Amino acid sequence: MKITIDEIKHVADLARLTFSEEELKSFSKQLNDILTYVDKLGELDTSGVEPTFHAIELDTPYKSDEVHQVISKEESLSNAPEREEDFFVVPRVI
Amino acid sequence: MSEITELTVYELSEKLKAKEVSCEDVTKAYLEQIERIDPLVKSYLTVTKDIAIKQAKKAQEKIDSNNWQPFTGVPLGIKDVLCTKGVRTTCASKMLENFVPPYDATVIEKLKEQGAVFLGKLNMDEFAMGSSTENSAFFPTHNPWDLDRVPGGSSGGSAAAVSARLCAASLGSDTGGSIRQPASHCGVVGMKPTYGRVSRFGLVAFASSLDQVGPICRDIKDCAMLMNVISGHDPKDSTSVDFPVPDYLESLKEAETFIKGLKIGLPKEYFVSGLDKEVEESVKAAINKLSSLGAEIIEISLPHTEYAIATYYLIAPAEACSNLSRYDGVKYGFRAKEYQNLSEMYKKTRAQGFGPEVKRRIMIGTYALSAGYYDAYYKKASQVRTLIIKDFKDAFNKCDVIATPVTPTPAFKLGEKLDDPLQMYLSDIFTISVNLAGIPGLSMPCAISSKGLPIGIQFMSDYFKEDVLLKVGYMLEQNLALGRKIPKVLKD
Repeated sequence: MKITIDEIKHVADLARLTFSEEELKSFSKQLNDILTYVDKLGELDTSGVEPTFHAIELDTPYKSDEVHQVISKEESLSNAPEREEDFFVVPRVI
Repeated sequence: MSEITELTVYELSEKLKAKEVSCEDVTKAYLEQIERIDPLVKSYLTVTKDIAIKQAKKAQEKIDSNNWQPFTGVPLGIKDVLCTKGVRTTCASKMLENFVPPYDATVIEKLKEQGAVFLGKLNMDEFAMGSSTENSAFFPTHNPWDLDRVPGGSSGGSAAAVSARLCAASLGSDTGGSIRQPASHCGVVGMKPTYGRVSRFGLVAFASSLDQVGPICRDIKDCAMLMNVISGHDPKDSTSVDFPVPDYLESLKEAETFIKGLKIGLPKEYFVSGLDKEVEESVKAAINKLSSLGAEIIEISLPHTEYAIATYYLIAPAEACSNLSRYDGVKYGFRAKEYQNLSEMYKKTRAQGFGPEVKRRIMIGTYALSAGYYDAYYKKASQVRTLIIKDFKDAFNKCDVIATPVTPTPAFKLGEKLDDPLQMYLSDIFTISVNLAGIPGLSMPCAISSKGLPIGIQFMSDYFKEDVLLKVGYMLEQNLALGRKIPKVLKD
């Protein structure tokens, strides 16, 4: 087993996901299959190889600090699952 | 079948310019075709009939006032991963079922400036994760060549719609083959441009270092026309590249002389066991055709090919789990109904809003990035990515273009691979390396199988050489003479 049910529960917590016991069972097999497959990479010696995070080399572009296209407050709030006047409503945090 | 919907974009555009047809008649012909055929194919998630007719009227005014442009009045369908102002953009997810973007993706804006008509939004695998469009949260799309088979994915709705004449052309997105694989399964042309060639602004993010928007069209000319509109630097996408854009359509004129002496490399790692016999024979016959036109065929090697899938299925989920952390039920999208506190609200929202494949990838990505595993998984994969890129650099020192199959088999049956995600991943073997390297890839039909299913061929080239791919594709298309490739659903 590459990953145990307890580890899956821990990773799910990190990812803010929950699974039913039944889902955990099928996920456990699938995730183990996938993780066993990707172990293939261990066959390769990559010592001294620089990792690539981005295929095209680019400098960080800068832009002038000017206001361009603005989405209105109403548009910004228009997709809110729950709103009150000009605010997004969330469950009490503190 | 109406004559109007049989026209390619190139042909239609000429007729609109010459005022032989009106924009409104063209749009209505497509809407009628959708009404008749789409209940079988199920390619559209949203059809914007009223908007399309309004846009068509405006397009006609543009033509009447002598402001015609190549896409004025041309009806398009858009993969539902691209934001369209005022039109819901779902990513085929329950999470975004009711999301209405307040802005347009840059590629949509560019097409709107030309006066294009938008018929609606096309089905896909949820958040572009999948190879069959069966991961759509709403319904699967059917392959127009055989309704029991998948259209491929994740841009399956786009490829099926173009094939069944439910739009004149379409835009898709390609993270690991999501344009090229469905194009191959549906008998149409699809291109993944160089990373940075086309703006990603307004493209719902899946794996940001791999995602690219591209055209899905009926033929190479149409693909060149669409590339002409969507390519170029966009200040709103800091990873888009400021590099000159050639006139792709114009470049096709030199295709015939260009092909003579062109070196086409066949990577030996792509012609191995597991490759369907008919696919292999068809691809080789197409390559022989190019050889007879003057191209030189050589064998090359891309030695790290067998590691591409493992590399991709670590990097793409790692980037995805980060990108998809934004779906928290606060500012937009789905929110679960019952919860006790903030943490539970997040968890229930995500557990109920995402489908199984999306959750699987979030889990793999989170695991690969988590403490203690980062070096073994994510860093290791990123190092192998460097080796895969080097393979291509070495290859392009020996040849100008690489030719390969697009998929190991023609379209598989609906449900066939649904319970085994790893088998589904393995079907991406020939398309994934292109995204890891960031180079462009073109998929186009090269044969119809004995079962009546399209078979595709893929061409890859060095960075920003999309024109090379289009020229090779154009020569092949002209000389294979596969005709109009009418799928079975339109013949019955």
